[in-house]
Amino acid sequence: MEHPPARRQRPANPMVQLDGVTKYYGPKRALGPVSFEIEKGDAVGFLGLNGVGKTTLLRILACGLRPSSGTVRIGGLDVLRDPHEVRKRVGYLPETPPVYGDMTVGDYLAFAGRIKGMSQEAVARRVPEVEEYARVAEVHDVLTRNLSQGYRQRVGVAQAIIHDPELLILDEPTHDLDPVQIMEMRGMIRELKDSHTILISSHILPEISETCDRLLVLNDGEIVASGTEAELGEGLLRSRRLSVTVRTPAQQPADGSPGTTPEAAIRAVPGVTRVEPAPATRRRSEPQAVTYHVEGDADLRAAVCRALVEAGHDVVALARAERELERVFVGLVGGVEA
Amino acid sequence: MTAAQPAITAGATGVVFRRELGAYLRSPMGYIVAATVLLLDGLLFYAQALGPSAGERLSGQVLAGFFYNASGLTAIAAVALSIRLVAEERQTGTQLLLDTSPVRDWEIVLGKFLSALAFLTAINLATLYMPLLILVNGKVSLAHVLTGYLGLTLIGGAVLAVGLFASALTRHQLVAAATASLVTGTLFLLWPLSRIVGPPVSWVFAALAIHGRHFAGFQSGLFHLRDVAYYVALTYFFLYAATKIMEAKRWE
Repeated sequence: MEHPPARRQRPANPMVQLDGVTKYYGPKRALGPVSFEIEKGDAVGFLGLNGVGKTTLLRILACGLRPSSGTVRIGGLDVLRDPHEVRKRVGYLPETPPVYGDMTVGDYLAFAGRIKGMSQEAVARRVPEVEEYARVAEVHDVLTRNLSQGYRQRVGVAQAIIHDPELLILDEPTHDLDPVQIMEMRGMIRELKDSHTILISSHILPEISETCDRLLVLNDGEIVASGTEAELGEGLLRSRRLSVTVRTPAQQPADGSPGTTPEAAIRAVPGVTRVEPAPATRRRSEPQAVTYHVEGDADLRAAVCRALVEAGHDVVALARAERELERVFVGLVGGVEA
Repeated sequence: MTAAQPAITAGATGVVFRRELGAYLRSPMGYIVAATVLLLDGLLFYAQALGPSAGERLSGQVLAGFFYNASGLTAIAAVALSIRLVAEERQTGTQLLLDTSPVRDWEIVLGKFLSALAFLTAINLATLYMPLLILVNGKVSLAHVLTGYLGLTLIGGAVLAVGLFASALTRHQLVAAATASLVTGTLFLLWPLSRIVGPPVSWVFAALAIHGRHFAGFQSGLFHLRDVAYYVALTYFFLYAATKIMEAKRWE
């Protein structure tokens, strides 16, 4: 499958720079090699199914995991050389919010601020601000262990932004939230975009396509596509795709000609750019039937159908591939042919 | 959003100390350990000082017996208090907050150690009425009492360091408890073993044993700098090892 161009112009003011970053757990490769840059102020979404390396990548960026090779720079600082300085500039919300169940929300946020290097006075000023911002002010005195998942997640965001970091990393921020909570979380992230560089991971496309300026699609530890939502959609859907299942009659045509193969017949249709037989799609009930994936620059259903019939083949099924971005994503990560 | 510029302070150890001390005070576990130690200390004290089998004993002997019993209970309490210190954070995921914050591993280790030591010392100080009973009704010196409590604090600190080290190794508190018990038990057993084996092994065992020679002085009201140095060195060794493990695991 062809992917849209992954390279953008080199950012003038990069906040995040990764060059050839890999992560191995023993002999198993979890990530990379991955190289990309993110400009200051961008909101970037990492999209990928569970287990493709999103969390690994974000933890490396949050200075919580050492890459096996490659260099990572945050705000110009190398994470291995200056981890302490980098940590001051990064706010991180892991998939499970790191809250102490035995602390109240207020105490916990004060602790988070202090551990991130803020003074007592700065924390006293800042806690009410972030509580207001993350809409957790009403649970200030509640033990975090008694909070609902939605509140815990918001408290997690509040701890990540308490020291006003330049870079905010949110790992699956809408994980386990109900639809209303998801909408609230999206609203919060949209507001945060104004003042932070944000990296968000998700395996749900709408969650980040609505909040991010740019998407990086991860599969099997590698970035397989990158760009804005529009670029991704455009690149993949520039061509119209359809799949056609053809049954070739056993007997030769009456005029005695050798006959045209279905593939050749489709290829001869003006506007067709690509034809390939789908692997292992023979139907049990119709062993002669073969499915072809066809790409063209227009809606070619009628023309392909006519060409096949004229060449003496029976068209058993014809379907246009769906255009939704969801399908693009599934196609990108190789789950189902889009 | 208004930015609150972080003013960097050097108080990460203090921040961790206060959180951990608060965790002991907020959790039932801290009170269970405290209540158990105080109950057993009281029962043992009653048995040897006031009970029917007390017999005719000098006040100094009763006080030494109290410190002997209290040292064992202090060691057990230290294991119970320390095993959660890091393992629990790994288990609940809060370690990620510390790992990705601008705080150094030695600051985390020191803060956690000092909080556990403060709580353990508070438990031990709650037994102060027992030596004071002897002081009021018999003849012992205040220096003996103070030296004994210094010994309890030192042996408690050393076992806490062992427990913290064991806790840093794993995310499972049971594994940490088993490791800490094994190391502490071995350090205790070295003293009786030193009486069985011949020199020079016996000298090494006696020098390394956590009880026996090193605690005997404190128990009897004798202050030896070498005993203090032993406990401080043991504590430092395990805290250093715990810090190194935290450093290695921080990036894993």
